[in-house]
Amino acid sequence: MLARRRIGTPRDLLGNDQPAMSRAAALALKPPPEPDRPALPAVAPRPVVSARGLCLTYEAADAPVHALADVDLAVAPGEFVSFIGPSGCGKTTLLRCVADLERPTGGQLTVNGVSAEAARLRRDYGFVFQAPALYPWRTIERNVALPLEIFGVPRAERRERVARYLDLVQLSGFAKKFPWQLSGGMQSRASIARALCFDPKLLLMDEPFGALDEIVRDHLNAQLLALWRATAKTVLFVTHSIPEAVYLSTRVVVMSPRPGRIVDIVDCAGLGPERPLEIRESPEFLRLCQRVREGLRAGHAYDA
Amino acid sequence: MTPEAAPLPSVPRRRPAEPGWLLPVASVVLAILVAWTLAALLANWSGAADALVRAGEAPEAGRIAAATMALERPVVPAPHQVIAEVWRGVFGFPITSKRSLVYHAWVTLSATMLGFAIGSVLGIALAVAIVHLRSVEASLMPWIVASQTVPILAVAPIVIVALGAAGFTGLLPKAVIAAYLCFFPVTVGMVKGLSAPDAIHRDLMRTYSASKPQILARLRWPASLPYLFASLKIAVAANLVGTIVAELPTGAQAGLGARLLAGSYYGQTIQIWAALVAAAVLSALLVRAVGLAETATLRASGGPLATGGRR
Repeated sequence: MLARRRIGTPRDLLGNDQPAMSRAAALALKPPPEPDRPALPAVAPRPVVSARGLCLTYEAADAPVHALADVDLAVAPGEFVSFIGPSGCGKTTLLRCVADLERPTGGQLTVNGVSAEAARLRRDYGFVFQAPALYPWRTIERNVALPLEIFGVPRAERRERVARYLDLVQLSGFAKKFPWQLSGGMQSRASIARALCFDPKLLLMDEPFGALDEIVRDHLNAQLLALWRATAKTVLFVTHSIPEAVYLSTRVVVMSPRPGRIVDIVDCAGLGPERPLEIRESPEFLRLCQRVREGLRAGHAYDA
Repeated sequence: MTPEAAPLPSVPRRRPAEPGWLLPVASVVLAILVAWTLAALLANWSGAADALVRAGEAPEAGRIAAATMALERPVVPAPHQVIAEVWRGVFGFPITSKRSLVYHAWVTLSATMLGFAIGSVLGIALAVAIVHLRSVEASLMPWIVASQTVPILAVAPIVIVALGAAGFTGLLPKAVIAAYLCFFPVTVGMVKGLSAPDAIHRDLMRTYSASKPQILARLRWPASLPYLFASLKIAVAANLVGTIVAELPTGAQAGLGARLLAGSYYGQTIQIWAALVAAAVLSALLVRAVGLAETATLRASGGPLATGGRR
């Protein structure tokens, strides 16, 4: 599924031919099909994630906290959907509900057509946490191999996959190092390799680059976009950076706190699948950022 | 993609010995020897004076002082007497002889090791059960705590009599008493250690739908190792105390406890002190052995744990 070649600079990658899968996926994302290509079938593909009237209320000491209130959302296969909003808007909670790390208190949620718990039990998704969450007593290669060990993948295949995915995130030379010997950006890449190595179709990312400086973050954003284009994965991505959300996504979901809810969904597919970092200075990009910002303001996000 | 920052240079595993560490160590040893000698001088003074009088010699201060260092049954033996006794006990006899300190130390050590094994395994097993089953904690923990409030000196004869009636004599009853003293710190330490993993590390296992045994083997156990070794160091020292206490009331023929008892029966204070020194050395060696195992284990599982925050 994944391109086995080494990924070069993002610019190089964008110039290369994409594998067939990702071209199909990219097509599915563009609402008006290009005239020289056959139109997509009229039947919409089954959503990867579907939420209807989703609620999650914590019983706090004084008053109940509405972490999520009446969230409706459908994510199609191959989409890259970002969730943005101030802290307390429920974006991480929503992601954790999809991952079955939290239980919604109301509404319906399906992941790949089944309940979130069933999806977790059959290991439908890879999760990238806010922190790299590498086990300090394991080397990088053994950290990446962790899910494979748990899934009972035979040793030879484990070794082959670990090598392939470490290569993909450009950490081949660091397989035998322990996490503390790597920089923060390298640890982030290792955690992404760990989430990818069992080839889940759905990738859930909870502010994976939140703790990194902007230079490293730009770099990893470009790599992530290249990775997403090279594979056919559906990505749900939580962030609090407007440019990051617009740059990466096909759609940006703008959320607002108290209660946590969706105030706007901004379609960014118009930026196209090929996005050099410079696209962030284009008028279209700035217009989309402006719209996200307005959404945040409309949701009283700035009152917080 | 370009490779980012090169990996950090590996931190030296061991800090070089600071210059002049010999001086403080030697000072402390010297201070102890001086204090000990003074104590012997004062405690033995009247006994030495009496002995001189009985021998018909003049009780001059200089003579008394010299005599305090060489009494056959001193109240407090002088350092060189104890050292000589230990030397004789270790090198003066074949190690199979009943007069050899090595023989007695080995008898005690073997019971200690067996007790350590039983106590550690029991302590770890209890901790694993407590961490996984809330009902075990509620039902067992009060009894575990209560068991440690009973004086071991009161329990030891009961255990020895009871096990003796069941046909167990020799090594096992002593090991059981030692285990009784040592499982508690292991249980307490390991309950803490097995619960130590961060929420994010536990969440990761949950996203993999990992089973409880998988979580135990791959997350809880490795995360608990620093706690385990801290507990084991306390446990191994407690173990030796437990074994020696177990040797006291049984009229045991061998072991450091038996040496202590025989020494006190016959007023052989030098022999008592020699046995105490042997016990102290044994205890230090056992704690050191656990420390070496700790360093080796933690070094094999990622550098910073092995170099930081210990000692």
